[in-house]
Amino acid sequence: MLFKSDVIKTMKLVTISGPPSSGKTAVLVNVIKSLKSSGLRAGAVKYDCLATDDDALFRSLGIPVQTGLSGNLCPDHYFVSNIEECLKWGISLNLDLLVSESAGLCNRCSPHIKGVLAVCVIDNLMGVTTPKKIGPMLKFADIVVITKGDIVSQAEREVFAFQVRRANAKAKIMHVNGITGQGASELTSLFLQAPETETLDGGILRFSMPAALCSYCLGETKIGMEHQLGNVKRIKIKQEQP
Amino acid sequence: MTEILEKKIGYLTAEFPPLTEFFSDYGITFNDLHATLGETLEGLAEEHYEDMGIDREKLLENLDGFLQRITLSEIAEAPTVSEITIIGGHDKNGHPEEIELTLLRGSVTSIVGPTGSGKSRLLADIEWMAQNDTPTGRTIRVNGQKPDPELRFSLEYKLVAQLSQNMNFVMDTTVEEFVFMHAESRMITAIDTLVADIIAQANLLAGEPFTAQTPVTALSGGQSRALMIADTAFLSSSPVVLIDEIENAGIDRKKALSLLVRKEKIVLMATHDPILALMAERRLIIKNGGIQKIVTTTSREKENLIKLEEIDNKFLALRTRLRSGEMLEEL
Repeated sequence: MLFKSDVIKTMKLVTISGPPSSGKTAVLVNVIKSLKSSGLRAGAVKYDCLATDDDALFRSLGIPVQTGLSGNLCPDHYFVSNIEECLKWGISLNLDLLVSESAGLCNRCSPHIKGVLAVCVIDNLMGVTTPKKIGPMLKFADIVVITKGDIVSQAEREVFAFQVRRANAKAKIMHVNGITGQGASELTSLFLQAPETETLDGGILRFSMPAALCSYCLGETKIGMEHQLGNVKRIKIKQEQP
Repeated sequence: MTEILEKKIGYLTAEFPPLTEFFSDYGITFNDLHATLGETLEGLAEEHYEDMGIDREKLLENLDGFLQRITLSEIAEAPTVSEITIIGGHDKNGHPEEIELTLLRGSVTSIVGPTGSGKSRLLADIEWMAQNDTPTGRTIRVNGQKPDPELRFSLEYKLVAQLSQNMNFVMDTTVEEFVFMHAESRMITAIDTLVADIIAQANLLAGEPFTAQTPVTALSGGQSRALMIADTAFLSSSPVVLIDEIENAGIDRKKALSLLVRKEKIVLMATHDPILALMAERRLIIKNGGIQKIVTTTSREKENLIKLEEIDNKFLALRTRLRSGEMLEEL
């Protein structure tokens, strides 16, 4: 049981990231239900690229929601340029906890901020080699939530969790079932231990974001050496012995 | 941690072979075996770290965690579980659940109750080692003691292994590779004999035989379940095994249970199958989020179990006949 007087004084911010379709929203929906049943006021910010329906889902839980669509910008860069505004919005509504969900599209995303509880959601179906392919959003998370455990074997769950541990030795690893909500109330209790965030002005990202700034960032569409300017990286073609 | 940085690469990769794979996760390959690990990491360009999405500090932290695992220190620290005690909380209406139930290793308990009655919640309470901090208000004791809260997040100390009807293998490997990979993640030595044992046991449980070379995704439902049970019995570190209905077809349920019991697991079975329910020494009746009653299987019920098994065998024989193309005009 969670009691309001136990934990919350000012607003807590939690950043949630994870590859598309890993179950971020389903996990959050269960966490929000659990927060609400403890009488706490939660809000959500959903960052996405082109379109999202998740705002309606959050709204149906009766909580305030903001949606940010990054369009043709890197959603991670868009997130960091806008998270402070969202934080102020949450504080102005007197929320106890604000969750910010962002889509981890390129696996090199790095949305975690020092001093703000950072969560990464990944699922068992991605395959055991996936954890090593995910960058800062997994490696620098405080909590790694693993979903879809109900459809793979115990052995695969154990091997997968082991691989996560190898990519992030310190994170708390939680198994949450997005459908039944098993594990969500436990995850909620960890959210409530998050530090409070009054401002993000002067805050620091845990790791640098994926770099950009080449001619293609600025709208170039032509292919070829002469059209490439700025931060351009070359593939190293290896000469394999046949 | 600083010690290892002074060790030569050649020494480290010979002494701890899994390290080579660990570093390849971070795109690091070793060329100079005479250089120390510290020098090698120092020599990597800043860009390399940026591309891998990790910094030196975090990499060392992960290395430390990995080394602790391969040197078995984490495993050694986890105390062995000989019993688990569930101390009642309350049901969904707040009525107290007046129960103190101790589950011993090698025991089988079935759980019955309609969908939504709170069967998964009970399991979740055990898994989380609830300390009056879950919606049911239950408390879990391990070996009669309050467990260390940090153990909630330890991979080696997960209390519950789960096997359910809708679980599948998603990896694209052979049976042998699959079990091997699981054993490796547990840092188990003498893997080869263990892998062979597990496959042999799984074959005893499964109706139709399969080999070490069969791809896991090609196993039938019964074969999959048999492999999962044998693998869990031998390789899972979790003392509690939850089984969510074992289907009738293609697996010898009695042998499956006795294998788990022999391996000293605390078996909990959510089931509405009378045969499985009566195979357990007792059953928990769950209603409205609480354990309403604990029933010990009576000797009368045990006698009925024999009859039920006869009916079941008859039914299975009919299936076999049907499969081999026979007519079922005579039963």
